[in-house]
Amino acid sequence: MDKMTQLLKLLENTDTIELNEFRMDFEELELNIMPAIQQVVQTAQRQAQQAEIVREAILAEEFKPPIYNYPGEVAEVQLGAGTRKPVFLGGQKALYRFEEPQPNPPVVTFDVFDIPMPGLPRPIREHFEDVMEHPGDWAKKAVKDFGANMVTIHLIGTGPKVMDKTPQQAAAAIEEVLQAVDVPIVIGGSGNPEKDPEVLEKAAEVAEGERCLIASANKDMDWERIGNAAKKYGHNILSWTQLDMNNQRELNRKLLKVVEMPRDRIVMDPTTAALGYGLDYAYTNMERIRLAALGGDDELNFPMSSGTTNAWGAREAWMKESPMPEDSEWGTRDFRGPLWEIYTGLPLALAGVNLFMMMHPLSVRVLKETTQALLGMIEGEKVDISNWIKEV
Amino acid sequence: MKVQSPLEVYNYLPGTNCKECGEETCMAFASKLIDRSKSLDLCKEILDDSYKEEYEKLKEMLSPEIKEIIIGIGDKAVHVGGEDVLYRHQLTFYNQPPFAYDVTDVMDEKEITERVNFVSNYKKFYVGSFLRLDMIAIRSVSDDPKKFAECVKKVKDLTELPLILMSFNPDVLEAGLEVVKDKRPLVYAANEDNWQKVAELIDKYKVPVVLFSPDLDKLASLAKTFVEMGMNELILDPGTYPSGKQLMSTFERFIKLRRSAIKDGNKDVAFPIIGIPAIASLVSKGKDELEQAISESILTILETIKYGDLLVFHNIAPYVILPAIHLRFNIYTDPRSPVRVEPGLFEMGTPDENSPLFLTTNFALTYFTVKSDLESNNINSYLLVVDSDGICVEASVAGGQLNPGKIKEAIEATKAKEKIKHNTLVLPGLAARLSGSTEDETGMKVLVGPTDSGRIAKWMEDHWQTKA
Repeated sequence: MDKMTQLLKLLENTDTIELNEFRMDFEELELNIMPAIQQVVQTAQRQAQQAEIVREAILAEEFKPPIYNYPGEVAEVQLGAGTRKPVFLGGQKALYRFEEPQPNPPVVTFDVFDIPMPGLPRPIREHFEDVMEHPGDWAKKAVKDFGANMVTIHLIGTGPKVMDKTPQQAAAAIEEVLQAVDVPIVIGGSGNPEKDPEVLEKAAEVAEGERCLIASANKDMDWERIGNAAKKYGHNILSWTQLDMNNQRELNRKLLKVVEMPRDRIVMDPTTAALGYGLDYAYTNMERIRLAALGGDDELNFPMSSGTTNAWGAREAWMKESPMPEDSEWGTRDFRGPLWEIYTGLPLALAGVNLFMMMHPLSVRVLKETTQALLGMIEGEKVDISNWIKEV
Repeated sequence: MKVQSPLEVYNYLPGTNCKECGEETCMAFASKLIDRSKSLDLCKEILDDSYKEEYEKLKEMLSPEIKEIIIGIGDKAVHVGGEDVLYRHQLTFYNQPPFAYDVTDVMDEKEITERVNFVSNYKKFYVGSFLRLDMIAIRSVSDDPKKFAECVKKVKDLTELPLILMSFNPDVLEAGLEVVKDKRPLVYAANEDNWQKVAELIDKYKVPVVLFSPDLDKLASLAKTFVEMGMNELILDPGTYPSGKQLMSTFERFIKLRRSAIKDGNKDVAFPIIGIPAIASLVSKGKDELEQAISESILTILETIKYGDLLVFHNIAPYVILPAIHLRFNIYTDPRSPVRVEPGLFEMGTPDENSPLFLTTNFALTYFTVKSDLESNNINSYLLVVDSDGICVEASVAGGQLNPGKIKEAIEATKAKEKIKHNTLVLPGLAARLSGSTEDETGMKVLVGPTDSGRIAKWMEDHWQTKA
């Protein structure tokens, strides 16, 4: 039998030929019969495929879940002590729940201010209008009505260009909040590098033993004084740097080595940039920090905090309509704001953030529910999607 | 991509340093191939038959870990998949997941027309260009081949956007395929029950297909089966579920598939993944408008970040689309090259000779933020954008890309001094330490502005009104 006949015979009698394994020396074939062969081969290929289609599915090897071991782990930090009900952050030993059970779901701390904050966006103001004169009432509402795990008291009024309140006045606001609620609190300054150390020192003193989070130590101000105050009065310290993993490492090292802050009392804020305004940098910086922590970097293995409220700075969150005439409609402003906050917070939860500073009750609820669902803490409504195409 | 070092690639290149690819040496070309900034076909010599073996070898070495699939034809065709890494900082993510919006074969003509036109014409300005939407997904609710074919025809006449034909009924799919067989649509989907019949269609029409199974063993087996049959333009649907523990498992299946493909080298699942945020409406249908928006948005966020390569939506409310397209853009921005704008002098509002002259860098995000802050606060002013190689203020001051020499050059090139009579330049707060040297270099009075351009309005009250 010549090779042509062999080939044809082969194709005729089998329905499972694998042509990529077919070997044949074509050199001896006449050039003018090549097209004929080609045609036969193509038809055979089609037939072979169809023949295969009707057979059983080919089983792949059992899908092996990609689970890895991590040499490092994130420190666990306790927020709240004394008269506070404690809340815990961090403690992660793996990136995902399916690799290792994840302790301590993300926590949300509600923003409260020591002044009425006329500049807050309307969708937020409308929830708090009745309590803005009193930070204690404001905090109570956040906890009672909106289920805040924690509250942050921002001492904005101490800013020399805001109301230039004294450290004593700030201390009074803190005492008011401490008495109003029993959740742990975060104490934030006005951001003024000259005044914050003094204000935060006084704040730490009046809240002694309550294990607050003092926000923050950063390289632009006297971090040592702020760190020392947090340490002395039994608080945690927020180590804040701007979108730079190496700076974050350096500041953490200073807090560990110079201030001698215990490892279980440091939380990091690597900076949150809003969706559309640098979220990519914030996301990747945080993701890298968390990967470094799990990889064993013991200068980055602390829980992370996000100033998710920054989302409200995005014009898409607050402007009435697009300033660009070519843009399609942006849609209802009252919905854009909370969505922008969710779209800034949830990606960062996936990057590893443990504590969210937020402002809108709806965004807070969604962030908490979603992150808890991802940890298997919420049963949820079960659906059958096998016929979704017709049912959506 | 399997290779890490340019040397591995170089060994298969001609090594003649012919420069035809635009690089000085074959080694330089090799490193561009590794970071995917150049493609192999730019090497003319290797396309020659004598290099056939090397070419094939390189093609294989350089192909992305996740198969790249093209849907549609012409300008509007979309690239799906083609990813190489699990985390964007390891290189970059390449192909933004196309966003597809659904219509059904039971919608009336008016609704179909409105939805399709809205999606086709949608645009949002962002860092210098417009963000847009990409595809139309046509769902067969009627399960009637004739109705489906009519609907596909309508949509085809309305738009050039690539299409997804959706039904689990092969007869319905075939009716749709007949209408758009020359448009390279995506077929959704083959499942456990219908795969033989769908495979026959894929073989006949030579189009890409989605394989559907929330069971990863079955999904991998379906993929292996299709590959064995000679069909390898596959997209995987591991199932999208909207809430609770089902949502958790959805998120984890996406991660497991991608990790298994990229890190563990599991070829059976090295295909793009399709996510269906539209499924949110199975639970949110009866709820209020905002709840519906949120439940679809949650799926959008999870699947955009981890690791959806193509997403199908139901909700077309503008406030739902707006954040989604920004998130996609942000996550798929190449972290290796900062997004930059053209340097120069720009008028914000209607400035005159008493208006302030602000300075910023040509990092696009900084520029557009400052611009937006000035415009939205009605601050008539000049904005001098200095070329800092597209690096932000803080980093470019530290790295020297923004320096008094560069500032002087920019002032001279734009004749900025002639526009104002106060001879004053306002530096960003984060460039405060350049103020003395900039005064010396430019002969201008230098003021230091706020560290955040959002505070310029307040800064103006304290530092500018009194002057003017």
